[in-house]
Amino acid sequence: MILLLRSFLVPAGSVLLAFLTGGILLFLSGSHPVEAYIALFQGAFGDLSSISRTLEKATPLIMNGLAIAFALKAGLFNIGAQGQFLFGAFAAAVAGFYVQAIPSVFHIPLAIFAGMTAGGIYGLVQGALKAFSGAHEVITGIMCNYIAINMTDYLVNHPFRDRSPGNIVARTPQILDTSRFPDVAGIPLGFIAAIIAAILVWWIVRYAVFGFEIRVVGSGINAARYSGVRIRSVLMGTMLISGALAGLGGAVETQGVVHRFQPGFNTGLGFEGITIALLGRVHPLGIIPAAILIGAMKAGAGMMQFSAGVENEIIDVIQALILFFVTADVILQKMLPGIKWAEGERLSLSTGWGGNS
Amino acid sequence: MDGFPVLELKGISKSFHGVMANSGVDFKLKKGEIHALLGENGAGKSTLMNMICGLLQPDRGEIFIQGNRRKIQNPKIAIQLGVGMIHQHFMIVPGFTSLENIILGSEPVTRMAIDFRKARKQIAALSDQYGFSIDPDAVTEDLPVGIQQRVEIFKALYRKVGILILDEPTAVLTPQETEDLFRVMRRLARKSVSIIFITHKLREVMQIADSITVMQRGAIKGVLSPGETDEQSLARMMIGREINMISNDRSAGAGRTVFEASGLSVNSSRGFEAVSDVSFCVREGEIVGIAGIQGNGQMELSEAIAGLREIASGNIILSGKVMPALHPRKMMENGLAHIPEDRLKYGLVLPFSIAENQILCTYYRNPFARFMWRNRKAMLNNSRELMDRFDIRAGGPEESVKTLSGGNQQKVIISREFSRNSIFLLANQPTRGLDVGSIEYVHRQMLTLRDKGAGILLISSELDEILSLADSILVIYRGRLISMAGKEGADRASLGLMMTRGLEREK
Ligand SMILES: Nc1ncnc2c1ncn2[C@@H]1O[C@H](COP(=O)(O)OP(=O)(O)OP(=O)(O)O)[C@@H](O)[C@H]1O
Ligand SMILES: [Mg+2]
Repeated sequence: MILLLRSFLVPAGSVLLAFLTGGILLFLSGSHPVEAYIALFQGAFGDLSSISRTLEKATPLIMNGLAIAFALKAGLFNIGAQGQFLFGAFAAAVAGFYVQAIPSVFHIPLAIFAGMTAGGIYGLVQGALKAFSGAHEVITGIMCNYIAINMTDYLVNHPFRDRSPGNIVARTPQILDTSRFPDVAGIPLGFIAAIIAAILVWWIVRYAVFGFEIRVVGSGINAARYSGVRIRSVLMGTMLISGALAGLGGAVETQGVVHRFQPGFNTGLGFEGITIALLGRVHPLGIIPAAILIGAMKAGAGMMQFSAGVENEIIDVIQALILFFVTADVILQKMLPGIKWAEGERLSLSTGWGGNS
Repeated sequence: MDGFPVLELKGISKSFHGVMANSGVDFKLKKGEIHALLGENGAGKSTLMNMICGLLQPDRGEIFIQGNRRKIQNPKIAIQLGVGMIHQHFMIVPGFTSLENIILGSEPVTRMAIDFRKARKQIAALSDQYGFSIDPDAVTEDLPVGIQQRVEIFKALYRKVGILILDEPTAVLTPQETEDLFRVMRRLARKSVSIIFITHKLREVMQIADSITVMQRGAIKGVLSPGETDEQSLARMMIGREINMISNDRSAGAGRTVFEASGLSVNSSRGFEAVSDVSFCVREGEIVGIAGIQGNGQMELSEAIAGLREIASGNIILSGKVMPALHPRKMMENGLAHIPEDRLKYGLVLPFSIAENQILCTYYRNPFARFMWRNRKAMLNNSRELMDRFDIRAGGPEESVKTLSGGNQQKVIISREFSRNSIFLLANQPTRGLDVGSIEYVHRQMLTLRDKGAGILLISSELDEILSLADSILVIYRGRLISMAGKEGADRASLGLMMTRGLEREK
């Protein structure tokens, strides 16, 4: 129990420090920090519709955070989550407007499935590259992100462009109503899906045989070889699932929020998954509060700008500061020397460059 | 030696999550002496040393250096105070030359750049002063361990250490390298460097120490000089009971062949042939010992047998079946148990719990898994039983193996490998880094396994271990098994000679 509490210290402290630093910045730029933060809070949690919007923003963050965290369990840094996310969003959009005349109960899962498959396969490609050639997943991930961005750009520009009269933007047509997410008791369906996904991932890591293999590979690659874990399969399986999670994030974004695929609408979401995963201490359930926090900041930013006259960008700055303090947790440990830090508090984020299969 | 303590510890205590690692330790190091620090695995030796070199902070107690009370908050301060520690795993930057490794962190600089000329001169001066040398331009990681260690010592000297701590420096050295190290240590001591030397090998202590401190369960048990004691009483003092060196007095019952290597050749990672055309077999109820100085192909041989390394040619036959290479799981399912040479690298997943490590090779099978899901209850029950049966001392099944002492870590591996009902055990350096009590324990377990009918291949560079356990002895030299000495014909001297020179007629 004490250990559990301790593992909250770094994230909580980082968030606090980030807001304090952000407050100083606000003050220096001539605004009133307290007022701004109150507006931010109201924008995020002030009424039912803003809460709903917070959850809506949190949803793809949860999915991407899960994708990153899941891969990290196997020692893989899935920087390619961004590309997997994009393909997921795109595939769900295509399934959403292309497949016609089927009822919601089939259409919604079909589009989700399309998104997860697209993301999963794209992740699998990067996993296979790692497994068979030892190519570092960060390098291939960055490359694959470029490919994904440009491919989807091309696809919405030509084969799948919205050709309705008057449209001059490169984007797909709107998805059909039958594939859009409804709210369930005021909570966006996508958010519920994200929670279920988080629990499922937690369950797999903890209780599945495959989860054990992932952790062996991630924590002791040589011991994995020694005990006969099929490392290649594990690397590929991990990237498949991680990619599917990112793809699910894309699908949820398309079906729940954007309702079409439009380039530029959701860039960065994949990368924000990294912040979320680290803030949630790479724990599938820790990711939920982390994502809600960042989601709230996004949801409240508008209100803050509107009523406290603060530039939107301060939110990005605070977010960056959070990431900074989480990863540079040594700073925190120096500032609070009295606290006994939990064993294994320090995260190891570099996975090394050597091939290991 | 003027008897003035260069280092004095008073009442040092340190605990980790309620586990007392050091309690009220008093310790004195005199100028220019070689002071051996002895104690069982987990006695708290490394913990104590880590506090002197700034890696850990004591909970209570005082550290005096040259008579002045000091707080050593980090390794940098330790270095300023002239304390240097050489850990068992060296801190060498891959790809760096020895020169670069030595000066790293305290480089002499001209206005803009590192002054390599000056560094070179300083190192040459050190060589003169202490009478031993290294090649500054060799890439350190490619050098033999003994020389890497020497680079580490140079690194400490370059920082002008007056107190040098060596944590189990000889565990990974060949006998020759150990001799060389001792020569260096004596020279340093003569030049008034004070040395703390941790080891589990009592013979070395008797050979080199000026004084001996024995620790037990975190406290000082006694301080002696080698003149007033012997190996037996040191062992008794450490363990708190009599040690009976196990010996294997039962002659081998000739059972069926369980394992056979025929015409086996294996390449090293650098591509040359490390094991050449080796053939031997191990029968039921027999311990075959392979003696040899480390680096003669033992690692490649055992990795090939365990399915961790490609086989260049030849066959591995386990219970009558030719086994595929690179298939560790198949080997295990056909009855292989394996105590790997490097337990931290291969044998354990360090962040995992004891219980998880104990199912590392069987996690996917009944009762630990049903269909796709693990059965944690079965895992914990298994662990409790094994911890009891193999006397593993730790908080509980869910404690991480990272913080266990070396002896208990090895027990975790042994409990896992010996409880699988294997018919063939491959044990490579199974007692490296273990204290005399743990060694006795491991040896007894191996004999029990043998008596139950398993065949055992024991690879070791400890002659005593081979001589006391093996039913038949082979010697490996430059990748060849050169001798089939029956146990009767083998004595220390002739085996030692064969290990260092091979068969003379080989030349
Ligand atoms: N970081 C840590 N966290 C928790 N317990 C620790 C830690 N480091 C050491 N210990 C515990 O402290 C005790 C002393 O360990 P230490 O490593 O000092 O023993 P040692 O005498 O060096 O043993 P060995 O001969 O095996 O190296 C052990 O019980 C060990 O489990
Ligand atoms: Mg130690």
